[in-house]
Amino acid sequence: MTTSPSAADARRPDFMKRDRSWHPPAYTPGYKTSVLRSPKCALLSLDQGPGEKTGPTFRADMLHELDNDLISNFASATGSTGLAIGERIIVHGRVLDEAGRPVPNTLIEIWQANAGGRYRHKKDTYLAPLDPNFGGCGRCMTDENGYYFFRTIKPGAYPWPNHGSDWRPAHIHFSIFGEAFAQRLISQLYFEGDPLIPLCPIVHTIADERAVQQLVAKLDMGEMRPFDCLAYRFDIVLRGRQQTFFENKREGM
Amino acid sequence: MPVEYLKETPSQTAGPYVHIGTLPGHAGLPIRQNETLNVIEAPGEKIVIEGIVIDGSGAPVKDAMLELYQADSKGRVGANTLWARAGTIFETGEWRFDTIRPGALEWRGGKMQAPHLTLLVFARGINMHLHTRMYFPEDEAAHATDPALNRVEQVHRRRTLIAEKVKDGHYRFIIRLQGENETVFFDM
Repeated sequence: MTTSPSAADARRPDFMKRDRSWHPPAYTPGYKTSVLRSPKCALLSLDQGPGEKTGPTFRADMLHELDNDLISNFASATGSTGLAIGERIIVHGRVLDEAGRPVPNTLIEIWQANAGGRYRHKKDTYLAPLDPNFGGCGRCMTDENGYYFFRTIKPGAYPWPNHGSDWRPAHIHFSIFGEAFAQRLISQLYFEGDPLIPLCPIVHTIADERAVQQLVAKLDMGEMRPFDCLAYRFDIVLRGRQQTFFENKREGM
Repeated sequence: MPVEYLKETPSQTAGPYVHIGTLPGHAGLPIRQNETLNVIEAPGEKIVIEGIVIDGSGAPVKDAMLELYQADSKGRVGANTLWARAGTIFETGEWRFDTIRPGALEWRGGKMQAPHLTLLVFARGINMHLHTRMYFPEDEAAHATDPALNRVEQVHRRRTLIAEKVKDGHYRFIIRLQGENETVFFDM
């Protein structure tokens, strides 16, 4: 690992401004929990300094070889030789920035419910049972081309108390770091053709239908494994770094 | 037509079960239980930061996940960047980081920032993570010229970014999501 002094990081190009009209706003009353958890004051815009233009780096050697295989990683960790029950799928894609450059060597973490919509979490009490061979936790790092790959079970829909019993569409949560803390992002992946997507108040915290579509993974028959598993393709776009650094006001803010 | 870029993948809430993927031991999974992501081991003065996230009704947020990101003791980031992650205790909403006091980090144009920690808050009900900073109460002189604190137009709101010193090396930082004394959140 090399040491980059702050002075050099301070002069790295900035990231393009985040389009907050594309992302969901904080206050979205259709999603009731947001009502008391959304700031009333406007966010304070601030230039990016070295603390925003850098971020934590993770080493591939911290990963276990089954970390990106949710069909077997939980069973393996608990000493079982079983496999998870449900629709076997590959979820794969590339991580790019807004300028189309691949984002290599970045950590992606995912979590999800099992095939019946039940999470392995002490706070989930849904009556659908746990799968003894499914944990729902995975992670991997993108390769040098920004490519990533998971194998898992397609999660089930599940009810949640919002307007009576709303139902979440099948989804996989994902968390990604990028090259700098300015790119940090957590979101959710949905599945092509799911009729619950247009009904979901969490999906519809996003105003622009094109932005919603960006969260929908596409069935990818080209990558299905015959007599083994289907595949879904899901590309992720992080904020783009500008090309050059140019600071026109040395003393300005 | 302006030049078109790809659009950033839109954010969604981390939801109530964020811990499965980010802190599996905290969620109750029998895997990766030896990970202690809320502890940073690095040279420097050891400090403890603890606190709570409060919603708009005054109630603690008991299902949050926080990330901390800071310079090292000499004020360096990059490969020296220190990162940590903590879940709130489900019963009380309390969270805690064991870390080291960061040095003053450079800003743009050769200016300096006061020592601070960057904190991100993820939780159910939060559609896009909230980005804030924690400063140390004893650095008053450095606060006077800190570019972020000085950007807060309402001077009384700057106090929401300054931790309370509980005892030597131990700080408490309350993050108020909404309403009276609402914490300042940044769009960086």
